[in-house]
Order: sequence, then structure tokens, then C-alpha cells
Amino acid sequence: MSRGRLTAVFLALGLGFLWMPVLLLAGYAFSADRIPFQWGGFSLRWFGVLAANERLVEAALLSLRVAFGAATLAVLLGGTFGWVLARRGPFRGRAIFGALAGAPLVLPDVVIGLALLLFFVLLQSGLGWPAERGATTILLAHATIGAAYAAVLVQARLAELAPELEEAARDLGATPATAFRTVTLPLMAPSLAAGWLLAFTLSLDDVVVASFVSGPAGTTLPMQVFSMLRLGLTPEINALACVILLLGGVALAAALLLQAGLRRRTRAD
Amino acid sequence: MRRLLPLAGGAWLAGFVAAPLLVVLVLAISTAAEGVPPFDLPWIGGISLDAFSLVLTDGFYVESLGGALLVAGGAATLCLLLAFPMALGLTRARPTWRGPLLFALLLPFWTGFLPRIGAWIGLLRDEGWVNTVLENLGLISAPLPLLYSWPALFLGMLHAYLPFAVLPLYASLSRRDPVLEEAAADLGATPWTVFFSVTLPLAIPGAAAAFLLVFIPAAGEYVIPELLGPPGTPMVGRVLWQEFFQNRDWPTAAALAVLLLALLLAPIRLFQRLGTRR
Amino acid sequence: MLLSLQGLSKRFGATLALDHLDLAVAAGEFLTLLGGSGSGKSTLLRVIAGFEAADSGKILLEGRDLAPLPPHARPLNMMFQSYALFPHLSVADNVSYGLKRDGVAKPERARRVEQALAMVGLEGFGGRSPQKLSGGQRQRVALARALVKRPRLLLLDEPLGALDANLRERTGFELRALQRETGAAFIMVTHDQQEALALADRVAVLEGGRLVQLGPPRAVYDQPATRFVAGFLGGANVLEGMPDGQGGFDCPGLGVTLRPAVAIPADCRACALRPERIAHLAHADRPNSFDGIVEDVAFRGDDSLLLVRASGGALLRVGHAEEDGPPPERGSRIALGWEAAALVPLHS
Repeated sequence: MSRGRLTAVFLALGLGFLWMPVLLLAGYAFSADRIPFQWGGFSLRWFGVLAANERLVEAALLSLRVAFGAATLAVLLGGTFGWVLARRGPFRGRAIFGALAGAPLVLPDVVIGLALLLFFVLLQSGLGWPAERGATTILLAHATIGAAYAAVLVQARLAELAPELEEAARDLGATPATAFRTVTLPLMAPSLAAGWLLAFTLSLDDVVVASFVSGPAGTTLPMQVFSMLRLGLTPEINALACVILLLGGVALAAALLLQAGLRRRTRAD
Repeated sequence: MRRLLPLAGGAWLAGFVAAPLLVVLVLAISTAAEGVPPFDLPWIGGISLDAFSLVLTDGFYVESLGGALLVAGGAATLCLLLAFPMALGLTRARPTWRGPLLFALLLPFWTGFLPRIGAWIGLLRDEGWVNTVLENLGLISAPLPLLYSWPALFLGMLHAYLPFAVLPLYASLSRRDPVLEEAAADLGATPWTVFFSVTLPLAIPGAAAAFLLVFIPAAGEYVIPELLGPPGTPMVGRVLWQEFFQNRDWPTAAALAVLLLALLLAPIRLFQRLGTRR
Repeated sequence: MLLSLQGLSKRFGATLALDHLDLAVAAGEFLTLLGGSGSGKSTLLRVIAGFEAADSGKILLEGRDLAPLPPHARPLNMMFQSYALFPHLSVADNVSYGLKRDGVAKPERARRVEQALAMVGLEGFGGRSPQKLSGGQRQRVALARALVKRPRLLLLDEPLGALDANLRERTGFELRALQRETGAAFIMVTHDQQEALALADRVAVLEGGRLVQLGPPRAVYDQPATRFVAGFLGGANVLEGMPDGQGGFDCPGLGVTLRPAVAIPADCRACALRPERIAHLAHADRPNSFDGIVEDVAFRGDDSLLLVRASGGALLRVGHAEEDGPPPERGSRIALGWEAAALVPLHS
């Protein structure tokens, strides 16, 4: 067998391994049977059960709210970090700035979660803020993590853009602020959009950090699913996975198309 | 703006990254206490090295640290072994196919981490899909205890982290200059020799990045051992969680976090060096 | 004078990029800045444009000090080596970018963009993306963008550097035509000596951040001031030696005493001699001649270049025109000579 074919076989095997459990999970969502992964004829009943599960729906709404806020804050922060690291030039403390901006990428979730929780607890006993832990603390934690990812994307994007573009704008009469608004920002936009999507997804997917920094008031969707999974799998989770698969596919396709489109438009041959 | 942005960004990083990490260190030398929150800070209860000495002398904690590193190393090795030929396959795929293949690689990764773990529960448990299929084929008479085992743990790790390993390898392999391989072939190397003497050595930085990208988060993993691994899996992420949530021994949890970070410091530094070099 | 640079210095760490540089440029003049990499020529352009601040010295444009002005407020424009076309804007939007910053009204902008594109031969390209253009077309867009603001002074950083060889010559002529048409002064940085000589009214040669020679192309070529200029422009032979105190110049490498037409300063230690000024003789029996052995012959199309070893050990580059017949064989012994006026005493 030629090596080209051998690697193709591995690629197929690997993709099959990644896809098989997901497809089975989504497929059995349409089974009427009470026991997950048992075929009991086609039915949409579990989607109805899912929609009627108030705790899940409530948790999902909280998760979406938190993810939206966290992603937006993460893009503002990550855009700042990325710009500072790529364009600001040398300043005192740049190395520490870079290390801290990238730290959430390499710290295990349990450490980030524990650290932020302890920090919030001390803040509360010292300043009285945050008064209670929940949506706000999760949002802040997720924004901090998402910002690290957004910063990487923004920094990489700025690195591939020639710095002369800003200089050309200045030479043609643009003030620094105008040059940023008319040249740098539009060129950064795809990385900001990608960073937002990534931060949004990370927030929707996180169970560990959220469990640490949340309080009794805030149960996110992953926290709720995690506590259900501890007791075993139910067909509701099949249905939920099916919904997430659909939304995730649409979001990822949109992200890839967006990126490809902007690449074509803004990349020098 | 040139002054303001570094200051504003730096303030956030100091508040939400540096300060929390320092707090962990402070907590690790605090004393546990009854109450809410369940500790006395060093300037109240005095500096205490109890948590560190407990964690470093009790075999249970030492084992959990070592176990985590072993499991993470194993998982990263498994990922690398499967990811390398996959990444190579991706670079050799026709350009029109590459986009859809990358999409196929990434989509399961976007279906949510927990549903994917849930899928493995559904596959592996006693009345799960695998056991049912095997029973229907007449291969087994009683269900195999597949779930809550080491193989289940590694399957879950492989499934969760495989895309992380493929992407940096693909990035590094697709950047390689095909002329180098042609030059080796021109100098008389057979395809296999070309692979081992040119392709593989050039991919080492990418492979190291892929390994570490799996190893670092896997070493602190909590959810996968909790949901798929054998009962009482000795992994530090799990033990830390238990100390924190069940035993409410915050200083011990903090000390475990400090030690885990200390153990990961070298891999993290190496990973960042690889990142800046590329 | 349109632009006057006085005592400009700029240091990057340990290297002195500009070293007390004085230079004056007249209105409507085409000046080329010639130098090797690290000579400070690009730094000089960036200092004039305002992207680097000089450590000391003055930059006066029509008598006004530019130093306190940020780049966007300086009434001059620059064409970047990479062109720096905005990839997210169309060709027309690229060209009108600077007009927009000046608050020029929309109809007027459209008219002037059209005009500028027509000037560089790109009518009808306004709607395209710069990404979709060829290298030569991108170069023209960059030029149109820089000229549309009608600056009195245009700075060009290696404007032909990214073009194919066959496109360079044509574009060079077009640059000159545009310069005459617009009446703007051009300061063009280049490392290509032919380009510098062909296009400029005056050539400024930079070495190590200092201006080593300034003058019309022919004067700089014929009368190089230093060893560096002699070698950099046209690859002149640099003959090391010492004045003999009687109007001659002892050159041990050639084994003869040179007889220049001009008086030689006592501290002169080298003379320049251009390869094409050296002629074949029947015998080396007059002043300014010598015997040598041909070490190698390279055919160059319109002539051949000989490497000739003199008895004193020096290796000379000697031109051999095609109309003089086939060049001598490798290893043959030949006699060479030149007119006294071909010898140029160098200052350093």
C-alpha cells in the first residue's frame, strides 16, 4: 500500500472515531425508547421532554446570556491585549503582560477555577463585591479565559498585516485615531469575529471553571448536564446533543466561510 | 491610546489573572478553619505549611499528582500516534477536499464537550450500545464492564483531545517545503527513508507542540476521569475537586493547585517557546 | 530650496544610521539616494516622512521646521516599498483615502481620483480590489495614491524594487515623465546604481549614514570622490599607492608610476580607473601603461570583461568592446594603457 493511501486510511479511521459516538448520540435522539441507544421506533418525543425540562431550559438561557456577555467582553479585552502585543512596541513589563495574557491558555481548568473563586471570595470579604456568586462571576471568569484566545487570534492577524499600512494612512493625512479606525480596525475585524465565536463556544462548553466560581444562584447548562450525566445518560441528553450539533455545525460553517471570504478579500497573493 | 491600552489591559490582567494566582499561593500557606469561608489567612491564622506537608507526604496526594502526569502522558502519546498520520493525510488530500475534511475534524469538537462524554457513557455502559451489539452477535453472554475503567478513560481523553493534536501537526506539516522531500528522493532515498530522514525530523517542533497541547490540559482534567474513569481514579484534578467541594479543605486544594502548576511549569515554558519559534 | 536637511543624526542602539547629514533639494528636482543596505537611506526617508524622529538636526520644508509635525500633518507623501495598499479598500478608495482625510468634497474627490488613475494608465480600474492586480499595476496605484494629494515633495522607497527587470526600465521612464508633469520634487531611494544614474537630476551616495558624494549622475560617475563610490558605481578599479612628489603616483600593485592629468594631493592614497577607459596597446612602452596576464574572460553581451593580473600582483577589471574583435585568450599576455585624464585621485 502506498503511503498516501495509508495516511488516508488513518485519516478516515480518526474521523470515524471522532464522528461515530456523536452521530449515534444524535441519531438515537429520534428513538422512542426510554433507554438511550436502544431503538424503539422514530419519535420526536424526547425533544418535547427536553423543551419541557424547565431546569435545563433555564440553565440554557443563563448559559447563553453569560456566553454572550463573556464573548463580547473577551473580544474587547483580547483585542486590546493582541494590539498591545503586536503593535504597541516595547514597554516596561511587556514580557509579564504577554505571559499573563497567555496564561489562561495553558493553565488547567481546575487551577483557573480555584484561583478565580478564591479571588472572588477574598474580594467579597474585603470589598463586599461581588455580593453573590453566579452569572456575573461566571461571566468575568469566562471573559478572562476567552480574552486569552481572542488575543492570540488578533495578534496573529496583526502580525500578518504589514505595519506600513498604518504608516501609509498616517502619510496620507490620517491622525493615529483615524488610521486605527479606517485601516487597522477593519483589517482586525475577522479575527475579532473569530475570537467572539471562540469565546462564546468556550463559555457554553465550560463546566469546571463555572462550577468553581458559581454560587447556588447560577447553574449553567453544562453544570446541569454534568450533574445529570453523573447519574447516567438519559434520552434528553441525546436530544440536547442533537440540538447542539445542529447549532454548532451552523456556527462553525459560518465561521469558516467568514474566514475564507475575508482571507480572499484581504490577503495579498 | 498608546499609553492607555497597555495600562487598561495590564490592569485587567493584574486583577483577573495575576492576583487570583497569588491568592492561590497565599491560600496554600493558610490554615483551614471552620466557617465561611473555611480558612484563616496567614496574617490571621499564621503562616502554615501544613497543607504542603500533607500533600507531599501523604501517598494519596503524591499518587494523584504522579497519576495525572502518567495519564496525561499516555493520552498525549495516543493522540500523537493517531494525529500524525491523520495530519499527514490532510496535507496530502486534494486541496478541494481539505476544507471539508478540516470541517469534519472540527465539528465533533464543537458539539459540546459533555454530550460527547455522554455519548461514550451510552456506548460503553452495561446496557450500552457496544454490549448490546456484542450480545446480539452472540459474542458475549453477559455485559462486559467497559464503563468506569482505564480504557474508557483513555478513549474519552483521545476523543476529547484528538483535534487539538491534529491541528498544530497539520499546520506544521503543511508549511513544510515539498522541495526538501524531492531533494531527498533525488539523492536516492526511498519513500520510507524520505519520511524518516526528512519529513519526520522536520515535524518534531509541531509534534512537540501537539503533545504539550494535549498533555497540559489533560494533566488537570477532572470531568473525564469523573465520568468515565475507574472509581477513585488517582488524578490530581479530581482530588483537588474533592478536597475543595466535598472536604471543604481549601488550603489543601490550593496546595495541590500550586504543586500541579509547579509540575506543569517546564512543559508550559517549552510549549510557549515552541509557539514563539513558529 | 524646497527641502533642507541640516545636521541630521539618528542612532539605533549602537549603530549610527544618520551621521550629521546635510542635504538640500530644489523644487521639481529628481534626487536619488543611492547606497548599500545599512547605509541609512531608508532611515533618511522615514525621518523626512516623520515615522522616525531624528536625534538632532533640522528638517526644513520651504523654510518650515517639520520636526514638531506628526506624519499626517506633513505636506509631503511617500510611496512605500511594499506599496502598502489597503487590502480592504478598492483601488479608487485607496487613491481617495488621502483626499478624504483632507476633507475634499465627494464629487471633487471622484474627479481627482479619476485623473490620478488616468495619469498612471489605470483608467477604469477604480472598482477593483488591489489584490486582483499585477505587481506593476499595484505599483501604479501606490504612485497614484501618493500623487493625488499633489505634494510638493514625494518620497519613494525602492519604487521599482518589486518589479520584473523588463518592467523596471519602462516604469523608470514613466516615473520621470510623471515627475516632470507634476512638477513635484522626487527623492527616490534605491540600491540599484543604474536606476540611480538613469533617473536622477542629482545622485546622493550614502555610506554609513553619511553623505559621501552629491552631484549630477555623470559627474558622480566620472569623478568618484571615495573608494566606496568608485567601487559601488560601475565597479571602477581602485589603484592603491602613494604620490611620488613629482606629479606621479607610485602604484606597487601595477609595478608602474601613474601619471594623472590633474595635480595629486599629498595625502591621496588611491586612484580610480574605470574598466572601459582601459585600452589595448601593442607595447607597454609609454606612461600610464602596463603588461599583464589575462586570468579570466566573461562575455557580457555588449562587451567582455577581462580580469588581468599585473606584474605587481594587482587584479584589474578591463572592458573589451565587441567592435575591437574577439577578446584575448585566457593566459595570454597583453599590454594595456589609458589616457592621463582617466585617472581620478580619490579623497578616501
